[in-house]
Amino acid sequence: MNQLIISPVILPLLIGILLLFLREQDIFAKRVISILSLITQLSLALLIIQAVSHGNILSYALGNWPAPFGIVLVADRLAAWMLIITALLSIFAFIYSTLGTDRVGRHFHVLFQLQLFGLNGAFLTSDLFNLFVFFEILLLASYGLLLHGGGRLRTKAGLHFVVVNLAGSTLFLFAVGTLYGILGTLNMADLALRAASVAPENIALVRAAGLLLFSVFALKAALLPLYLWLPTAYANTSAPVAALFAIMTKVGAYSILRVYTLIYGEKAGPAANLLEYWLLPLALSTIIVGSIGLVGSKHLRTQTAYLVVVSVGTLLTAFGLSSTLGISAGLYYLPHTTFATGALFLLVDAVLIRRGDFSDRLDPGPVIASHHLFGGLFFITAMLMAGLPPFSGFLGKFMLIKASLNHPALPWVMTIVLIGGLLSMIALARSGSLIFYRANAAYVDETITKIKVLPHTHRPNTRELLPIFGLLSLCLAMTICAEPIIRFTNATALQLLSPEQYVHAVLGKRS
Amino acid sequence: MEALISVMIGVLTACGIYLSLRNRTFSVVLGLTFLSYAVNLFLFVMGRLTVGAPPIISDAQTKYADPLPQALVLTAIVISFAMTAFVIVLSLKARADLGNDHVDGKEEA
Repeated sequence: MNQLIISPVILPLLIGILLLFLREQDIFAKRVISILSLITQLSLALLIIQAVSHGNILSYALGNWPAPFGIVLVADRLAAWMLIITALLSIFAFIYSTLGTDRVGRHFHVLFQLQLFGLNGAFLTSDLFNLFVFFEILLLASYGLLLHGGGRLRTKAGLHFVVVNLAGSTLFLFAVGTLYGILGTLNMADLALRAASVAPENIALVRAAGLLLFSVFALKAALLPLYLWLPTAYANTSAPVAALFAIMTKVGAYSILRVYTLIYGEKAGPAANLLEYWLLPLALSTIIVGSIGLVGSKHLRTQTAYLVVVSVGTLLTAFGLSSTLGISAGLYYLPHTTFATGALFLLVDAVLIRRGDFSDRLDPGPVIASHHLFGGLFFITAMLMAGLPPFSGFLGKFMLIKASLNHPALPWVMTIVLIGGLLSMIALARSGSLIFYRANAAYVDETITKIKVLPHTHRPNTRELLPIFGLLSLCLAMTICAEPIIRFTNATALQLLSPEQYVHAVLGKRS
Repeated sequence: MEALISVMIGVLTACGIYLSLRNRTFSVVLGLTFLSYAVNLFLFVMGRLTVGAPPIISDAQTKYADPLPQALVLTAIVISFAMTAFVIVLSLKARADLGNDHVDGKEEA
């Protein structure tokens, strides 16, 4: 039995518990332990991706209970890909949090590790109820992180976030219960087998349960019309948490991809292609609504949050094409948008603390310290987010449009994705010129006293710049190493579209 | 018995949905609690209703109750307990921070 697969799940849990015992200790010790844990998780993710890179799917039966009866963890290309993205993003988000976010309240480090526990578990599990449990773990940790530091707006946004997600959890349980009641199993591979041979009188129920599950995942992914919780929640939380949450919407997208290629995929018999008429139109409408929000935002952080909505729309458009090329385009776009959004949240925070009272309002404010550096970084990040050549955002969108060439919805995809990109560019260009070009030197004297009392100095700090540069260089690396990455995402998409491999790996000879 | 239980789950769900759409945090919390009760019963019933049948295999028995929904329900109850406790504390915090118990933090004009 290969213990490697469970290690990214167990490690953050143990470290989280350890940190709970160390709460009286010096913050330095806690930071060192946390960062070591994150680096170990990255190496584990690298080991796993190496182990699955030849197309083999590894399964791990918890407690050695045989497959459909016990809980099984499964590492395939998709799971390994998600693990590595999570690990990279979390390292940089954590480094930024050591600037002071982790001091303003208790248990930040514990919550951070538990968040990763939930995320890694959700990516690896192959049991629908276990997926629910990991969702709850990552949500509970995210409630704590979202509210970390306190404040009026944060509490209000947090209350909405919690209530909406609790209602979502209830729906998840209804869907899981219905599937179990009809098919008598919760193992995803076993569900895939049994859904294909379901009795005709139960087809409608299985499809209804599938659509209920879709609404839950759409809520997590912030798909229209269930995205309303996102902009306020992301705009009002602290920067490192918002950057880490760039992966949270992708958990929903991951679940959609996993469940609807495996259980409701093309070969699922009567329940096949369940999302055919749902996913693509909803994803495209999400891009439209997100772009409108983007142009209408009055604060830079709200604007960044709407960029998350647009990127979710783009990502799910790619998945909604449900072809090898489409899914591959989505899988290339996913890490790009995660890293770029993370970088933008951190960069916006670095800019807004230098603007004193102006904060992230989109008004011409003071000339900020080191404006050349931050202006340049903003320019590059904006190009990444808007998908302009020559960076990875452009490659992702190019792959998406290329994948849609043979799809009947081509005119819709082409128009909406391109106009969405144009609106992102306009909105970001406007914000950039308001904050950097039209900044007025006269404001400096007015606000300088207020800047001084902030914990940051005028000179950029290493712990501030390293995460931003790190995330941006990951995007650059994705541009330079595009060929091997696209080869990997193509192989991942092929693996997802032939679910019998997954079923065979989990259930062995019985399939 | 099936009819009675389904009606009960339906009524609980309906109350839950109605209450969670109200504008005070207290009724929202109550609504979420009703919803979680309903879903717990629903999960339990998904193993089919049996009377006097044990979930553990023995030689003397031929009829069994499905043990898995019972385990699922136990997990779901624990999680919903924790979540309810959390949302109650958060509502109290919102009451303290925002000055009233409206879900949007402000009274209507």
